[in-house]
Amino acid sequence: MSRTVMDFWVGLFVMAGIGALLILGLKVGNLTSYNAGEVYNLTGNFENIGGLKIRAPVKSAGVVVGRVLDIQYSLETHDAIVTMGVSSSYQFPKDTFASILTSGLLGEQYIGLSPGGDAVMLADGDKIMKTNSAMVLEEMIGRFLFDKASEN
Amino acid sequence: MRNRIVVSIQAIGHRTIDSIWRLGVASRFFVWVLLKSTTSFLRFGLVVREIYFVGVLSLIIILVSGLFVGMVLGLQGYETLQKYGSESAVGTLVALSLVRELGPVMAALLFASRAGSAITAEIGLMKATNQLAAMGMMAVDPIARVVAPRFWAGVISMPFLAAMFSVMGVFGGYLVTVVFIGVDNGSFWSQMQNAVDFRYDIVNGVIKSCFFGVAVTAIAVFEGFDAPPTAEGVSGATTRTVVTSSLVILGLDFVLTSFMFRGVS
Amino acid sequence: MTDNLIEIKNLAFSYGTRPILNNVNMAMSRGKVIAVMGGSGSGKTTLLRLIGGEIKPSGGHVKVADQIVHHLSRDELFKLRRKMGMLFQFGALFTDISVFDNVAFQIREHTTLPESMVRDLVLMKLQAVGLRGAHHLMPAELSGGMARRVALARSIALDPMLVMYDEPFTGLDPISLSVIGNLIRRLTDALGMISIVVTHDVQESLKIVDYVYFLADGVIAAQGTPQEVKNSVAPFVHQFVHGEEDGPVPFHYPAQSYQKDLALENFVA
Repeated sequence: MSRTVMDFWVGLFVMAGIGALLILGLKVGNLTSYNAGEVYNLTGNFENIGGLKIRAPVKSAGVVVGRVLDIQYSLETHDAIVTMGVSSSYQFPKDTFASILTSGLLGEQYIGLSPGGDAVMLADGDKIMKTNSAMVLEEMIGRFLFDKASEN
Repeated sequence: MRNRIVVSIQAIGHRTIDSIWRLGVASRFFVWVLLKSTTSFLRFGLVVREIYFVGVLSLIIILVSGLFVGMVLGLQGYETLQKYGSESAVGTLVALSLVRELGPVMAALLFASRAGSAITAEIGLMKATNQLAAMGMMAVDPIARVVAPRFWAGVISMPFLAAMFSVMGVFGGYLVTVVFIGVDNGSFWSQMQNAVDFRYDIVNGVIKSCFFGVAVTAIAVFEGFDAPPTAEGVSGATTRTVVTSSLVILGLDFVLTSFMFRGVS
Repeated sequence: MTDNLIEIKNLAFSYGTRPILNNVNMAMSRGKVIAVMGGSGSGKTTLLRLIGGEIKPSGGHVKVADQIVHHLSRDELFKLRRKMGMLFQFGALFTDISVFDNVAFQIREHTTLPESMVRDLVLMKLQAVGLRGAHHLMPAELSGGMARRVALARSIALDPMLVMYDEPFTGLDPISLSVIGNLIRRLTDALGMISIVVTHDVQESLKIVDYVYFLADGVIAAQGTPQEVKNSVAPFVHQFVHGEEDGPVPFHYPAQSYQKDLALENFVA
């Protein structure tokens, strides 16, 4: 086999390999929505985070605006401190509400941000004051039974 | 009786010492290959030639296997997921299994049996027919001229092959679930893209396949170079390449996985 | 003595405790074809490997062009090897490249000559062995004799001062055999090099060589010009040259007595 034919095939091979990596990054993975420029950090204390995991999405109105970066247990307040990285292109008012929600019945948990009406925007390192914990199935059932009992 | 116990203890000791000794020889050989790799990069044409043999010629088996593995994953995933009504998550299942595990591991196993065995047989035969000695007598170092280019060609080819395997697999899963069964096209891709993380899943998969590439080709060139210069010697070495590298791939996969995915879902 | 290109003094070599060569002395000068003969396992190939610097002697030395081979550093040894050629048993051609590329291999590796000059050189070397027309063939397409001629062309590609032949006549038909023999003689004369031929083939090699060494059990058992060898009455040389079954080189591998092996020593017939 002549040298040029071999070079041609190896060239094709390398191009196909790089192409496959690009497809993995862009089509299969989330490279397009990932690292979209600068992020700023927000924290929030949650009484119960349920099954929230690091790297879970942070959404507002269903749009992914950031990701959960870190989850710590606070020894002072005995609850969970969640650090979120939010894309700098999205700004949220000071009185934004953060709740831990579930996508679908069995889907993964994410943080939903519902913007308030404050004129001052959240800046890097700020803490979201208004939070809503995750729904825990047992608590929900317990509350439901309690309500039923008090109705009767 | 006592004598037999002593003999069997001796046999265990002998085998242990032998295998540790061989591991030492292999490590020293590996260091030599790395030290003598300058020729490979100064004359990259030598590596390109070998990429043709180990990479391009492995394409068919990699692409076809990837397609079928993806199709089976799609089918089985759909069967299970539809019981819970979340069949649109089948894209996530196919993509995550391929990108994290099956792509790098299956591609490396196929690569070991297709290209690794060929490298061992070729180097072993060159040794058996005195071609390596002849090269040495012509003042050309066979490790620099024959072994190192094959090693680097394998290391370079492996991540590309693994990525192509994964892409073909995702395509196979798409074919079965979206085109044949009728899962919604949009949710197939969007759920997949939500779940597959570039840094944690794809980059880790690529890192894995780089490790596998180094392991498989290092074993293949060592077995070839170390093969007894006879027909049985070369065939035994070829078998050992496939067996050893398969075991090393699976063991290494466990080690790498436990480092990479510890603490993150 | 100083015009000797190769000088071997008190050379000894052993694998572990098993001695292969012991106290070997040889001297060779340019333009000579020297044969080293001996039974299988007499240390002939080991001698070639010692001259080529592949292994280190356990005693004595080999001097090539006034350099002691086993004292050379790796780079110096490789530099010296560019002036050596070696023809392996069965040729050892590189099977994945063509005849032309085989002969061109060394020229391309060690020089930066332009491709047109490489081509001329290769065709000249192939012409010398009569295979210019076969330059495009692959080694698998060659007969045994042709493969060895190509290997010969390859080993003289850089005009070496010394070419070693490891059993060049093995497995050849009588015609190819005398072709190779005559080529060795002609090339040695034309290039003014030394040829060291390790062989079993007494009749063919006695026709072309200038001097013969007989190795047996790692020592030089006899030496002389072909004429002296043919007329020799020394029992070893006589046995070897005339191919007799038993003699100083025994038919039987050393063993305890046959009777004892069969447990018959107490057997009274």
